[in-house]
Amino acid sequence: MTDTAGDAVDPGIGGELRLSGRKICKSFGPAQVLFDVSIDLRAGEVHALLGENGAGKSTLVKILSGYHQPTEGELVLDGANVSFADSAVGEAHGVILIHQELNLAEQLTVEENIFLGREIKRGWFLDKVAMRAEAKRLLSQLQCNVDPRARIRDLAVSDRQMVEIAKALSKKADILILDEPTAVLTGREVDILFDQIRRLREQGVAILYISHKLDEIKAIADRVTVLRDGRHIITEPVAELTKDDMARLMVGRDITQMFPDRVSDTSAPIVLSVRDLSLAGQVRDASFDLHKGEVLGFAGIVGAGRTALMEAIIGLREKSSGVIERNGKPVRISSLQDAKDCGIAYLTKDRKGSGLLLNMDMRPNLTLLALEKFGRVILDRKAEEAALERAIAAFDIRAADRKAKVGDFSGGNQQKLLLAKVMETDPDIVIIDEPTRGIDIGTKSQIYHFIGDLTDRGKSVILLSSEMPEMLGLSDRIAVMAAGRITGILEGNDRNEHEIMRHATGISGQEGVSVHERT
Amino acid sequence: MSGLERSGQNASSRFSIDFKALGPFLALVLLFILGTSINDAFLSSGNLSNIFTRSAFIGIIAVGATFVITAGGIDLSVGSMAAFISGAMIVVMNGLVETLGPGLETVLIGVVLSIVLGIGAGAINGLVSTKGKIEAFIVTLGTMGIYRSLVTYMADGGTLSLDFEIRGTYRPVYYGDLLGIPVPVLVFLAVAVAGYVLLNMTPFGRKCFAIGSNEQVARYSAIHVDRVKTMTYVIQGICVSVATIIYVPRLGSASSSTGVLWELEAIAAVIIGGTMLKGGYGRIWGTVIGAIMLTTIGNILNLTDAISNYLNGAVQGLIIIVAVFLQRGDWRRKKSK
Ligand SMILES: Nc1ncnc2c1ncn2[C@@H]1O[C@H](COP(=O)(O)OP(=O)(O)OP(=O)(O)O)[C@@H](O)[C@H]1O
Ligand SMILES: [Mg+2]
Repeated sequence: MTDTAGDAVDPGIGGELRLSGRKICKSFGPAQVLFDVSIDLRAGEVHALLGENGAGKSTLVKILSGYHQPTEGELVLDGANVSFADSAVGEAHGVILIHQELNLAEQLTVEENIFLGREIKRGWFLDKVAMRAEAKRLLSQLQCNVDPRARIRDLAVSDRQMVEIAKALSKKADILILDEPTAVLTGREVDILFDQIRRLREQGVAILYISHKLDEIKAIADRVTVLRDGRHIITEPVAELTKDDMARLMVGRDITQMFPDRVSDTSAPIVLSVRDLSLAGQVRDASFDLHKGEVLGFAGIVGAGRTALMEAIIGLREKSSGVIERNGKPVRISSLQDAKDCGIAYLTKDRKGSGLLLNMDMRPNLTLLALEKFGRVILDRKAEEAALERAIAAFDIRAADRKAKVGDFSGGNQQKLLLAKVMETDPDIVIIDEPTRGIDIGTKSQIYHFIGDLTDRGKSVILLSSEMPEMLGLSDRIAVMAAGRITGILEGNDRNEHEIMRHATGISGQEGVSVHERT
Repeated sequence: MSGLERSGQNASSRFSIDFKALGPFLALVLLFILGTSINDAFLSSGNLSNIFTRSAFIGIIAVGATFVITAGGIDLSVGSMAAFISGAMIVVMNGLVETLGPGLETVLIGVVLSIVLGIGAGAINGLVSTKGKIEAFIVTLGTMGIYRSLVTYMADGGTLSLDFEIRGTYRPVYYGDLLGIPVPVLVFLAVAVAGYVLLNMTPFGRKCFAIGSNEQVARYSAIHVDRVKTMTYVIQGICVSVATIIYVPRLGSASSSTGVLWELEAIAAVIIGGTMLKGGYGRIWGTVIGAIMLTTIGNILNLTDAISNYLNGAVQGLIIIVAVFLQRGDWRRKKSK
């Protein structure tokens, strides 16, 4: 199966062959991450690339688009050998990559980013009017309502991703590569993106699409290639494979049970209770209780105020009013340190911007939140190393090189490290914001079982997630937010997609069965 | 061909790592070889102790600057701060001669005053930039002007001279030695060791690295960013005051031209030593070597007629740029990215 010679007679679903990688190998220093991988991209075809975290997907597409040079193997574009000295040469040949990590200049505006390096000019001067009009057009094509003059740093991650997509669309790609574009997008935005992908496919663009969401692969892709540990496993038409097949090929084993078995006990004591918490302009009068050993889900569309509410609870944002009680006693939490002292930990959804120090290796990242545990006067390096050892084992972090910068890790391994970092504080209550963003299916299951273990040990979890299956599969109760308010807390049989959507879009009004009492 | 490329890449990455760690040290060794070949007197114990003693001022200040820069800040006020503190010390000690006499008490009070002023000046820089949310560059540019004009004002535009008798008591702090090692060198060493331990082995140092790498991540890691940053400026202030305590007995005076451009020399020493100007990575030993290198260049130019002494600044400038260019290693890596 690992033999790639079969590619030569691959019938292909789309049009003519555009770009192929032939027997690509790639090493970073001593660590080899790709072994003889071949892949074909055809005009008018969506080719999906699947694989576990760290399988080498991003590395492969960076080679195809000129960001990395292969250590061995070659690229063939329209029948001729090519070598892209850098990404600019790749783009000149029509190969455009949308990176997994957002690659926007934070200080610049949306329109400046879209035209970065390709500014429209009029004589010697920038033609700002033309650029703004074009940026508006591109964004409206994506039904994205951001102002072209807004600065990137002020945008939500999903909007940033849409800007990134707009930028790629403006470059008139012949070969478009999207590396996990939907990891940060909402359902509606995914639909819009898929419409655009279908449109481009009809125009004969060759598309390579990476995602960990197998539903998406089923919906959009024509063919799929699976990588495992840097090796080509299979290339097949999507129609030939079930989702279970794909998962098994990726992970190399069957995933029998995605979610942990949990017994919910709503009579357990209340460990955290929030009363009438408001946050100027973002959250109004939020009240809820969290029981010992419970997973309380928080659902809602982007902008509903879930993250703002949580960051207010843990002291990262200033609340305008409200009371927080821990085990029945009111507590004052005005900084993250206070929250930590109360046994509350928070896992941010922005792992690159606020979670990890990308320029450092694993050890300082792991211990940063719990530094005092490793010495108040002098840090105990041995203890830190031992903690790292434990974390690597407990969270199955796979790093080719332990001393490598965290920024070079695959997305999934970064996420596991972040989880390990948060758990170093040994909290009783963990607030987890989007725990499986960009994570492969096998690791997802690992993380779900890990959450199950936590609650079995009497810890409580607040789960913010935009992935419906994990919201439904893990939560005992689900609080739904819309426009800064908690519109309902769903229990028992009400925990279903329909009820969540009803409350999330605000259609339900106040008549939901277990809507929280409010004035 | 591709095989060749691979080994080439490996070699280059190893090369740049080695260069980063050992670069400043190798450069210093080269300078010493150069110095010896130009003039035999270079390696004489008199000349060497002269080099190390002179490096002590900038070196001690630069150790403080390593903290500020590692945590993502910058302090341009250190030269003026040193001038202001020397001026204040001289005025107060001179004033105390009548009541306390020119003895140890007077000098001790001067020393304590220096430390208090250093802490205060550093705290002002730190608090204004963190609480006021003003860029450190601008805040310290402002305090640089303020401290400088305060010393000019105290000296009434002229020079403040330390009372002759106090100089006698105070003299050993600069000219004295212990087991043949000059006091300033010992102090420099002590400051460097303390700085090394603080930056590399304590939670505080780790927090400096974290803040310099990414303030947002630091904040989300329960670090009191403002507090730690302010502390780095206080440490800088203490280092300036320690340097001043050694400096006053040497010159015995302070004027508006005291400590001019020291801030740039300190920053240069830090950068030559491999600390990143944009923060997130700092090395105390590098800084120490950087400071010694800067003094050595001047010393070598003094010993030779080949290059005019007046070109000292040019040579230093050149070395700074070359050192940073080599250390970054970006010029190699860019191609493969
Ligand atoms: N610049 C680099 N330097 C060193 N190692 C690297 C670098 N880039 C990637 N790696 C390593 O190569 C391996 C493959 O990484 P890659 O990012 O391609 O994985 P991926 O399949 O995209 O995973 P994910 O689904 O998590 O994004 C990982 O082990 C990673 O640590
Ligand atoms: Mg990837």
